[in-house]
Amino acid sequence: MTGLRKFWPGWGLRTRLLLAFVLLSVLTTIAVAGFGYRTARNTILKNTQDNAVLELRSRIQLLYPLPAQPSKDMLLNAAGKLADRDASALVTAGNVSGGSLGGARISSELREQVDQGKIAWQRVDVGGETRLLIGTQLRLTTSTSHVTEPSGIEIYVVQPLTAESESIATLARSAWLTGTGAVVLALLLALAAARSVLGPVRELRRAAHRLGEGDLDTRLTIHGTDELAEVGKTFNTTAESLQHHVGELERMESDARRFVADVSHELRTPLAAMTAVTEVLEAEVAGLPEIAGRAVRLVSQETHNLTRLVNDLIEVTRFDAGSASLALDEVDVAEAIGATLRARGWVDAVATELPPGVRARLDPRRLDVVVANLVGNALRHGAPPVRLRLSAVEESLMIEVTDEGHGLKEEVLPHVFDRFYKADTARSRSEGSGLGLAIAWENAKLHGGELTAANRPQGGAIFTLRLPLNPGGDA
Amino acid sequence: MPRVLLIEDDQAVRDGLQIALTYQGHTVDAVESGEVGLTRLSADPADVVVLDLMLPGMDGFEVCRRIRASGDLPIIMLTARNDDIDVVAGLEAGADDYVVKPAQPRVLEARIKAVLRRTGGEQRQAGTPKPEVERHGDLTIDRDGLVVSKQGRPVSLAPTEMRLLLELSASPGRVLSRQQLLESVWDQGYLGDSRLVDACVQRLRAKIEDDAAAPVYVQTLRGFGYRFGPL
Repeated sequence: MTGLRKFWPGWGLRTRLLLAFVLLSVLTTIAVAGFGYRTARNTILKNTQDNAVLELRSRIQLLYPLPAQPSKDMLLNAAGKLADRDASALVTAGNVSGGSLGGARISSELREQVDQGKIAWQRVDVGGETRLLIGTQLRLTTSTSHVTEPSGIEIYVVQPLTAESESIATLARSAWLTGTGAVVLALLLALAAARSVLGPVRELRRAAHRLGEGDLDTRLTIHGTDELAEVGKTFNTTAESLQHHVGELERMESDARRFVADVSHELRTPLAAMTAVTEVLEAEVAGLPEIAGRAVRLVSQETHNLTRLVNDLIEVTRFDAGSASLALDEVDVAEAIGATLRARGWVDAVATELPPGVRARLDPRRLDVVVANLVGNALRHGAPPVRLRLSAVEESLMIEVTDEGHGLKEEVLPHVFDRFYKADTARSRSEGSGLGLAIAWENAKLHGGELTAANRPQGGAIFTLRLPLNPGGDA
Repeated sequence: MPRVLLIEDDQAVRDGLQIALTYQGHTVDAVESGEVGLTRLSADPADVVVLDLMLPGMDGFEVCRRIRASGDLPIIMLTARNDDIDVVAGLEAGADDYVVKPAQPRVLEARIKAVLRRTGGEQRQAGTPKPEVERHGDLTIDRDGLVVSKQGRPVSLAPTEMRLLLELSASPGRVLSRQQLLESVWDQGYLGDSRLVDACVQRLRAKIEDDAAAPVYVQTLRGFGYRFGPL
């Protein structure tokens, strides 16, 4: 195969196979049919010529006696005797001649041969059909000796080769037909061969493609026991083990996720009990001795932190499990953002640009989570003034949150939405669960939008939330 | 002070919530199962029920339906998650509101207050003063007496359903968004859950419409909200 490939670079397997078959068949046909045709044709023509010469000889016998210097009339007469329905004749003696050859020309080679006293023949073309022209010189017996000598009288006879031409044409036709048939047959055979090879190969290619797309159930149907079937079997076992391994991995992953989800849910109940009493504790702190008060405050604060962490964890496990869903509603985005800022007491801390009349179908609770997270981050890690700008661009709404701080380090940017990614290892734990931005990012994705982080050229970070104004679906 | 019936199977949570609510000044009756809760209600009615959805034995939805069948006591559900099917199912079973565990006592307190306001006589009339009894088609609404009847027969509405109907019918023909209704009926701002409105509208329609699938009184305007009439 490599050898073939060297000769036919860049051609498909099918083309190469077809060409090889056709070339082979053409060569074989030329060899067999061509040779057969030539041989048969020569034999036929030779027989014809021999017969014609014999016949001419016997006819010439009828011309005798002829004088050595015959008159034109004699020559005409002789030509008349030699000619018949099909053949025409010409008899010449020196400059005198009688009869005609019906348009056939006597070539100089023929004339030369006849002059030398040989009997000669030649195939000539008369008005588009091949005829046989035979020429000979009469030999006359002189009165003095019994030896015959060339008399100078030359006889030319033209006779048709129609029957022979037809049989030769038939021969040629059958040779062509045989050749064409052989080539067609070769083509068909080549196609069949290419099919039997290429079919499985194409099947294999499709299957490999499907496997690559992640359809691990893909298997080939094996026909026969040849090398291609072996390849198919190998493919199947490979797919089998691949499916097995991927299944294993998926199972392990989903087990891990389920474990996280289960743990989070289990933590919820004790936290619900603890959270319920924290307010009572906080309200009573004033009446406690100082050290006990500190202890109570610590427990209360950490309970809140733990609650937030567990809530965020549960939220994340829901995204992972694909069970997070949107409760879409038609809202005035500026009002929704205003409500978020009011609820967090951030109205005075943020400079807003909230054009009225931007209406969108979104999940207000999730929008609140995202906006609160971005603004909270800017207030905590950036420097004032923190700005929030709402705009509508074509089919999307954009919410940009900027600050005037140092921005994000280059190495932090790609990881800013990772879970539990702490940009600053020294950052205190109380500043959030470490899941806030990851959840915000997931919420944007759930809406069919996106959340991006970048540094502004004039300094400070910019977080951009883009959401579709109308993600489709019903209210 | 309002009397709260708390139905919660986990003892620590039950104790914690009882402590918190008692501290807020409520009289709290805490029980561990739906069956006990229903028995308790028939003997000694409460003002509001705080109900865990995940109960052993009779589940929270069933408890909800039974309480609804026998009266119009406000119900607040405690749910484990706020975006799953439980919330919708609970609201359809007749709950007025829900709180996600672990709940801040402050939040639970606010929800209880809001739901109790709906049952109380304090009405927040929108627009111009209305005649005492309004007629809208087959419906008559007595705003003062909080009585709604259809073709002369009184319709039993839960407090939230009543408040929603009053809110919508106060301005017939005007579209109110879900968020507006959340603020005026549930006392929840923009962070509220519009499913509260949708579920309540469904329940209200089942009671006052001839054909809930082709509503006449409470009409949906896709993408905008709800509108009373026009008839």
